[in-house]
Amino acid sequence: MTTGISRSVPRVDAYDKAAGITRYIADIPVAGVCYGKLVRTSISRGTILDIDVPELPEGFWFISEGDIPEGGRNRIHMIKEDWPVFTNSEVRFYGQTIGILVGPDREQLIALADAVRVTYREQEAAFTIEEGLACRGGALHGDDNLFADYCLVKGDPESAFSRAHRVIEDVIETGFQEHVYMEPQGITVEEQDGKIVIHASCQCPFYIRKAVAPSLNRSLDDIIVRQAVTGGGFGGKEHFPDIIASAAAVAVTKVHRPVQVIFDREEDMCYSTKRHPSQVIFKTALDSENRIIGMDIDARINAGAYESCSPVVLQRLIFSSNSVYDIPNVQLRGRAVATSTIPSDAFRGFGAPQGIIAAELHMSHIAREIGMDEVELKRSLMVSKGSRTITNGTIHETVKLHEMWQRIAEVSGWHEKKSRYAPGSGRGMGAAFYLHGGGFTGSGEQDIIKARVRMVKRDDGIVEILLSNVEMGQGLQTTFRKIAAQVLDCDYRDILLADPDTDRVPDSGPTVASRSIMIVGRLVQLAAEQLKHKLHEPGAQESEAAYTQPPGCHWDQETLQGDAYPAYGWGICVIETAVDPDTCEVETLGVWTIHEIGKAIDEAIVHGQVTGGVIQALGYGSLEKLELKDGKFFQHTMADYIIPTTLDFPGVYSELVENPYPYGPFGAKGLGELVFDGAAASYAMAVQHAVDRTVSRIPVTPEYIMELKTHG
Amino acid sequence: MDSITFRLNGTEVTITSPGTRRLLDVLREDFSMTAAKEGCGEGECGACSVLKDGRVVNSCMVPVGSIQGCEIVTLEGLRESEQGKRIIDAFVQSGSVQCGFCTPGMVMAAASLLAEHPRPSEAEVREGLSGNLCRCTGYDAIVRGVILASREGEGL
Repeated sequence: MTTGISRSVPRVDAYDKAAGITRYIADIPVAGVCYGKLVRTSISRGTILDIDVPELPEGFWFISEGDIPEGGRNRIHMIKEDWPVFTNSEVRFYGQTIGILVGPDREQLIALADAVRVTYREQEAAFTIEEGLACRGGALHGDDNLFADYCLVKGDPESAFSRAHRVIEDVIETGFQEHVYMEPQGITVEEQDGKIVIHASCQCPFYIRKAVAPSLNRSLDDIIVRQAVTGGGFGGKEHFPDIIASAAAVAVTKVHRPVQVIFDREEDMCYSTKRHPSQVIFKTALDSENRIIGMDIDARINAGAYESCSPVVLQRLIFSSNSVYDIPNVQLRGRAVATSTIPSDAFRGFGAPQGIIAAELHMSHIAREIGMDEVELKRSLMVSKGSRTITNGTIHETVKLHEMWQRIAEVSGWHEKKSRYAPGSGRGMGAAFYLHGGGFTGSGEQDIIKARVRMVKRDDGIVEILLSNVEMGQGLQTTFRKIAAQVLDCDYRDILLADPDTDRVPDSGPTVASRSIMIVGRLVQLAAEQLKHKLHEPGAQESEAAYTQPPGCHWDQETLQGDAYPAYGWGICVIETAVDPDTCEVETLGVWTIHEIGKAIDEAIVHGQVTGGVIQALGYGSLEKLELKDGKFFQHTMADYIIPTTLDFPGVYSELVENPYPYGPFGAKGLGELVFDGAAASYAMAVQHAVDRTVSRIPVTPEYIMELKTHG
Repeated sequence: MDSITFRLNGTEVTITSPGTRRLLDVLREDFSMTAAKEGCGEGECGACSVLKDGRVVNSCMVPVGSIQGCEIVTLEGLRESEQGKRIIDAFVQSGSVQCGFCTPGMVMAAASLLAEHPRPSEAEVREGLSGNLCRCTGYDAIVRGVILASREGEGL
């Protein structure tokens, strides 16, 4: 029987959502609205020579670069000034925004957008990592096409390789992934009392404000962002709403009417950002007794045409590329490569899944090569408290992976099945071990985000939490309230927490990086503790909590050395598969998981995150193939980009292990991304066992399995 | 323009509209019934599910000209019925709801399924919901919600 804060309660948003009462942005009528339709480039690289816009009926406008208010920047401020709001010359990717058509009728807008004629001078483009590295068609960025180029060294890899008895080489690759949040992108922008008000389905209201203000040459306070109920995000609503909001906001300053942009699914799948494809090349040095003594890693990601958050994604990838293993001597190079594809951007895990998939598959390949049990090899190298990380930081917490393994091996029947299923028998077992650092990478929380949370007791005695993190399905509306209620000793349903409005709430940072509970939830707890002392004083009372770095954590952003994360969540995922000998179709027979996230704030919400994250990762690992053809995504509807249905995977077994973290609310650490990190690798290894072939890339489709069986 | 008469949540209504218009748009625009969502617009995701003569259909794929004389039930209607209340309550109790965008369609699919199989097995529930996509939950909690609703329907 679970007690205390972990005991599950009904979610505060569940009834209205299940009864169809909750209104998402497309459900809210706006008086006098103009709909917006983005006009986009139809080539991947080159120069626009001419834009021929058809004669527009009254009430319709075409807004482009020339309409940016005086002094406004034609650059969207993301991490830095980045994508142009509108291009009228340089084309860097297919689908880049040229302008926005606005008007009162959606059908007419589509016809008008189709009638815009753009003439280009086309140029050779690079689409793959290899083409980007070779600067095909000339460099797109700098003189080497690298948005980031990092090196890490741990121990003495040079000496390790000079002592090596043998070196095992490996290349692991992952593809694009589309978020497929069920609610497509949508925003409404309007003028109110001289300010620009943006209603957005989004994860980061303050990011949108920061992005839009410079384009309009307005102060940050002149831009108000109100989060609309958000039907899923998964990273896809971290930066991409900036792109739509910037274009629509420029239009509003021109037409002085509300402008609404709601994507349909095809537009969303074709033109929104995706997960970074990756290629990780390993060379691992072994001594004469087949012990791993050193590792050389060359990690590359396809960043696309603009920088976006690719350097930070790359950082998380390389910091995760030794996963849960303490490899003694490591040298690593990581590169974010510019190509003429839609800029890759945040997606649940933010580089960590690519790093962990690479590490897990490579370790399993080493085990195959040296004839050792892969789990025994992995367990012999597992980190523990005090271990040194790839950035020469320290694991500060007790690591419970060994006891977690005992437990999950037992419930999954691992040892019995592993001995019963001969390699290549058609039945296979895979086990992935993983970790995920909570919060922003390195010193980001302390130096960039500087989160603040405010809490007020109003005159009428009602307590309200003020912060900028959003409910997007992960349960924050309930868990933040539970944290405050636990401190204040009241009913969580009596606490107010509105969807954030940048005009009302302090900036507690974006809803990303598994930071909401661990970082912001802690501030909710601290603010509630302060307010508790004043709760019975008359009149309105207020408290505020600001982030401070946990003691003992050190980080140097220049050299990428130190504690990349203050604490980690830990997980193991075991998968059992059966591969059809003729069709190579895979049936997943069992999925068992165990996670250590410090402390669950609500067990039902945590298990919901586990199941959802694991199934999303299994889609990534098995079904979700997204290919580029001449710079365009070949799959662009839900009929050809396949995500899991109820029938694709069995129920997920989910167990939790407690290990309270002293600087998280009631001991809680990050969760949302951890649960995505391991299942794809586990699936790939289960198939590898079933067919006794080396699986080196995901998604592991039946076509790929057939290729492996035919060609080895 | 066609004149089309059908029953909507138990009330007879007549609209004047091109027969090719999508039922989804008619519900959302003419009747301000926004429980049915547009997730894909091509009959793949089920977010726009409604009941047509008791069977679940994707309202984005139904030309309104084809529903002359039909009984259409949306979540706005279903939530007033005992069965609708039972499913919604079971979803709340089972943690079946995350972002919520697929949930109205899931509730409609569950209603159709339970009408046909009052006490479905887990496999029947999975089959019955297989036309409805969800990206948040991984489905387990939704499947549990439907099974809970079926048991409560029998007074447990």
